[in-house]
Amino acid sequence: MKYSDEFRDKTIAQRLARAIDAEVSSQRAYRFMEFCGGHTHAISRYGLEDLLPANVRMIHGPGCPVCVLPASRIDMAIRLVDRPEVTLCVYGDLMRAPGSQGRSLLRAKALGADIRMVYSTLDAIRLAEQSPGRQTVFFAIGFETTTPPTAVMIRIAENMRLKGLSVFCNHVLTPSAMHSILEDPKIRNTGGGPIDGFIGPAHVSTIIGTQAYEPLAEQFEKPIVIAGFEPLDVMQAILMLVRQVNQDRYEVENQYSRAVTREGNRRAKNWMSQVFELREQFEWRGLGFVPNSGLKLNRAYERFDAETRFALHDMPVADNPACECYAILRGAKRPVECKLFGTVCTPQTPVGACMVSSEGACAAYWTYGRVRDEHLRQTS
Amino acid sequence: MAQLISGLFHQAFGNEWLARCNDQSAFDVAAGRMVMTTDGYVVSPLFFPGGNIGSLAVHGTINDVAMSGARPLYLSASFIIEEGFRLSDLKAVADSMGTAARGAGVYIIAGDTKVVERGKADGLFISTTGIGLVAGGLDLSADKARVGDRVLLSGSLGDHGVAIMSKRQNAAFQTEIVSDSAALHNLVAVMVAAGGGGIRVMRDPTRGGLAAALNEIAHQSDLGFHLQESTIPVKPAVAATCELLGLDPIHVANEGKLVAIVAPDSADGVLAAMKAHPLGSDAADIGEAVADDQKFVQMGTDFGGRRIVDWLWGEQLPRIC
Repeated sequence: MKYSDEFRDKTIAQRLARAIDAEVSSQRAYRFMEFCGGHTHAISRYGLEDLLPANVRMIHGPGCPVCVLPASRIDMAIRLVDRPEVTLCVYGDLMRAPGSQGRSLLRAKALGADIRMVYSTLDAIRLAEQSPGRQTVFFAIGFETTTPPTAVMIRIAENMRLKGLSVFCNHVLTPSAMHSILEDPKIRNTGGGPIDGFIGPAHVSTIIGTQAYEPLAEQFEKPIVIAGFEPLDVMQAILMLVRQVNQDRYEVENQYSRAVTREGNRRAKNWMSQVFELREQFEWRGLGFVPNSGLKLNRAYERFDAETRFALHDMPVADNPACECYAILRGAKRPVECKLFGTVCTPQTPVGACMVSSEGACAAYWTYGRVRDEHLRQTS
Repeated sequence: MAQLISGLFHQAFGNEWLARCNDQSAFDVAAGRMVMTTDGYVVSPLFFPGGNIGSLAVHGTINDVAMSGARPLYLSASFIIEEGFRLSDLKAVADSMGTAARGAGVYIIAGDTKVVERGKADGLFISTTGIGLVAGGLDLSADKARVGDRVLLSGSLGDHGVAIMSKRQNAAFQTEIVSDSAALHNLVAVMVAAGGGGIRVMRDPTRGGLAAALNEIAHQSDLGFHLQESTIPVKPAVAATCELLGLDPIHVANEGKLVAIVAPDSADGVLAAMKAHPLGSDAADIGEAVADDQKFVQMGTDFGGRRIVDWLWGEQLPRIC
């Protein structure tokens, strides 16, 4: 595939691996969090950790929107589709995300709820147009990448006077989540802590730009390298992070310069600010309530807000107390250190955020890390 | 109506057994080892590039018979038809079943139709049962793989799944890819002739793809597999579609491919026989069976790392980002 294969070249990967190997100090460990599920996927899919020195460890972050969506929001959506007049439009992998008491949208659909899998917001508009007598609700989810399309959809619905269309808004913000991870005292007070630097999101950063991360790097003195989702991008970003750590720098650097600018996409940001406003706080599975981390429709567009239209209320569901997602998402614990891992919590029956989608830290470890650990055990 | 339907099937399948109009069909078989299998077909959409539910119901069951090394002989077919289903569509499905069976040298000698109320079936469901005769001495089974065996794949992965997805509601896209739906028993016959007892296991990697087939064999034979990604054929259009939808070709369904676990000293001969057959021209040796208590299927990636090729939990769903 032209324009993809170039970023998956084995020879260049080996060259980068040698460069990383030459750069790391054997006197210390390097622990980097890739925030985004897209990076986690690339790391697992291409077996990238095998190319890294043993003292460079990747920690899988909370940047998978499906994983971090709390059970209470899934429960709300299920209550919504209990209404016979509602058609709910959702993105694919959300179907399996667990609500409370083993409920999911997949199960609700099996029990007769009208839930449609869509590939874009345009599908929801088309559906609303075709079914004027029904209430079509778009389950909006994702970081800053999927937020502008939701804003555009609402503007189109307004122009087309699509009264039957509304949005169940679950959009969340990347910098707030990174802030929440970094401000944890355990991370701040342990001499550099369990995280030495971040690989910053690819697609999100095309929208918000590299400048959105500058206050974080400055405040917490952690290097952040924005990287593309191809495996060579990730390798190069790791090399850049190692160099920053070795030189005691903590800057925001842009590896993904073919798509990301410092300012980001001004038009997309504009659309977002026209349609959305900050929630005071939003719950994340695994991270708890994070201030200023979620978006909702602003007053001007409140009439498109499904939470208002259907008087939906959030009824918090307590996370399983034995679940270690909170520590795993901060790099303080490894998946195997959780009692639930591989016993009650498996990809088939996920309990915590980290197991929900294949991009979660525990799911990635389940499908890949076990072999790597076994290999390390045998070779050590 | 019932007569119309039965006439339609008789015409499409036309053979001496159906012509006798009995409630059953009698036939003679040579002494030996027989195999029997049954499968339900509920594919949506019913018509897709490269086939339809009818040809699929014939090829799929023939292939399940053939994976034992058997020569398929006879099929039965049962139809659940939703009220209001277009007769022209039913005729098209029946005709393609007849064509597929004749092309494979197999007869559909028993059948049944039921019409259910509107809303009780998604247009048309088909169940087919097949029986076949195994050549003397062959005993293929998924628990017979041994450490050191080679893994042979008959061709490119994911064609059927991508062809189906290209026609699904909400996700329709243009593609040159057509389903690989095909009857594999003739390919199996040349493999058996070349490899005989060296062939331990054969599977057609349908639902769940190659990943599911190899994980099943790993569990049943109590070992692991090491694959090499660069040796696994995937058409560029399939790779690109999977990339776009966030799917992995190794998990996507095939309907005209097989994977064989073959003793190392027979592998080259079997592979050569596969490559010489039209349905195996892209065949490749993609890896080997290894000792592994954890029964993992691992793959060396093109990038130079290793990954686990796991079972798929439920349906493969497109990723958000």
